[in-house]
Amino acid sequence: MIELEHYLAVATALFVIGVFGIFLNRKNIIVILMSIELMLLAVNINLVAFSVHLGDLTGQIFTLFILTVAAAEAAIGLAILVCFHRNRNSIAVDDVSVMKG
Amino acid sequence: MIARDIATLLPELILAGYAMAALLWGVFAGRFRAAPVLIWMTALVFAGLAAWIGFSPEGTRTAFGGAFTDDAFARFSKVVILGASALTLLISRDFLEREKILKFEFPLLAAFAVLGMMIMVSASDLMVLYMGLELQSLSLYVLAAFHRNDLRSTEAGIKYFVLGALSSGLLLFGASLTYGYSGTTLFSGIAEAAGGSTPFGLLYGLVFILVGLAFKISAAPFHMWVPDVYEGAPTPVTAFFSTAPKIAAIGLFARLLIEAFAVASADWQLILAILAVSSMFLGAIAAIGQRNIKRLMAYSSIAHMGFALMGLAAGTPDGIRAMLVYMVIYVVMNLGTFAFILAMRRDGWAVTDIDALSMYSRQAPARALALLVLMFSLAGIVPMVGFFAKFYVFLAAVESGLILLAIAGGIASVIGAFYYLRIVYYMYFGEPTDPLDNRMPATGFGVMLASAAIMVIGAINLFNLVEFADVAASALFS
Repeated sequence: MIELEHYLAVATALFVIGVFGIFLNRKNIIVILMSIELMLLAVNINLVAFSVHLGDLTGQIFTLFILTVAAAEAAIGLAILVCFHRNRNSIAVDDVSVMKG
Repeated sequence: MIARDIATLLPELILAGYAMAALLWGVFAGRFRAAPVLIWMTALVFAGLAAWIGFSPEGTRTAFGGAFTDDAFARFSKVVILGASALTLLISRDFLEREKILKFEFPLLAAFAVLGMMIMVSASDLMVLYMGLELQSLSLYVLAAFHRNDLRSTEAGIKYFVLGALSSGLLLFGASLTYGYSGTTLFSGIAEAAGGSTPFGLLYGLVFILVGLAFKISAAPFHMWVPDVYEGAPTPVTAFFSTAPKIAAIGLFARLLIEAFAVASADWQLILAILAVSSMFLGAIAAIGQRNIKRLMAYSSIAHMGFALMGLAAGTPDGIRAMLVYMVIYVVMNLGTFAFILAMRRDGWAVTDIDALSMYSRQAPARALALLVLMFSLAGIVPMVGFFAKFYVFLAAVESGLILLAIAGGIASVIGAFYYLRIVYYMYFGEPTDPLDNRMPATGFGVMLASAAIMVIGAINLFNLVEFADVAASALFS
């Protein structure tokens, strides 16, 4: 039987993978965008699991809002990335480093 | 029922309708032709809404089952947000025109961001909170990268986007845990579910939400994006970042902590006190080595958020009142300072080096004097209004027993005074260099002079700001 705790464990694991994907990733920014998406989807699993467990629909409605916002966020992130690529000809994480200090 | 909900939400709906209609018109009219008109129009709409909200009847109204609250606290914050945004638009025009980025999207993105901020300060449900926060953040990401042919601006956009999205993710994770352990997303429901003691799961959620919001208000140790974003973004955007969004984020912070998590006040008080101390010291110490005035203002804003958090950490009506007073005074000082920074040019090119201000007093005595007043006020030196902002915050902290925090704040403000005074030193006693251009647009000059004048004259009675803030703060506790 799959209980609430199992869902929460999966969601937490995915969330942590997402957070580490942002900090440990040294390759390119697309991977960061994927990690952000992973974090948001982990939250969605959490919310749906709680919603079913509590027998309350609010969590699932919240999920729909998050999905919509995540789509908009990804679109804006990619758009900024395209502008950056035009100026720098690279999307490597190490190249996002003109400003320091 | 729905009619009453819509009546409560009317200012936001009007702003949303205006922004979308103006977007359509801008596309048809052509981006460079529509821009000057839309800057003025948007500023006018902001000012009109601020007046309307400011004079709307007292009392608390809720809409959509308690998810949206229109009380004195929300109205106070909205008036300040709208006023600050209108002034930022007016002082930005000249700069945008000279950098050839005067496009009509600028005022409209600002309008959408302001709409998000208005929702944020009224939110009393985790879902509404998230939607308002994201509407604001998504608009601000685009604004940071607004100068899209400029490497620094796009880099600022990417950095802001990645860390902003990370903070939203942390906040959401906390929101999901809070929902799971309290069974509702309404602030009032969370407070009820917690009862007398806080369950461990709820505390877990609270910590994640606090970290997410600390990112948004740029409190140390979650500040690493701030200097780069402030330096890279076009200066009008930096001016905007350092004013209205801060009020919205800290207003949201206050409502969430007081209305939903009041029962855990001992827990968040400690976390906020740590955030406040680290922000104040980091802002004061890291700014000393800065040569770029935009970067310096970034560290300055981190330090100022630390002081505002001190008021919030007190957690009493007096503390919230002090925080609101602090934010309003901070915004006025910052607008005046940025009106000056926007006009800093040499041979037509924007400069941000502090050295460029050497012996500025000989070239433009009036502006140098106004900047001196603003710098003294930012540092919190006695006769200026900036001192009273700090005074109220310290008083509230001491009254709720956070004496060590107040002492730390005093030390940090003395350290911080150094770099503000160094700017004054350059202006009056520096080595002569190539002079800056003498031209300053009338709106910018007006805003700068008005801001400096307020910093001096306001010392008499702070224009009754404390009473207004008092009404706003007590609305949060009723």
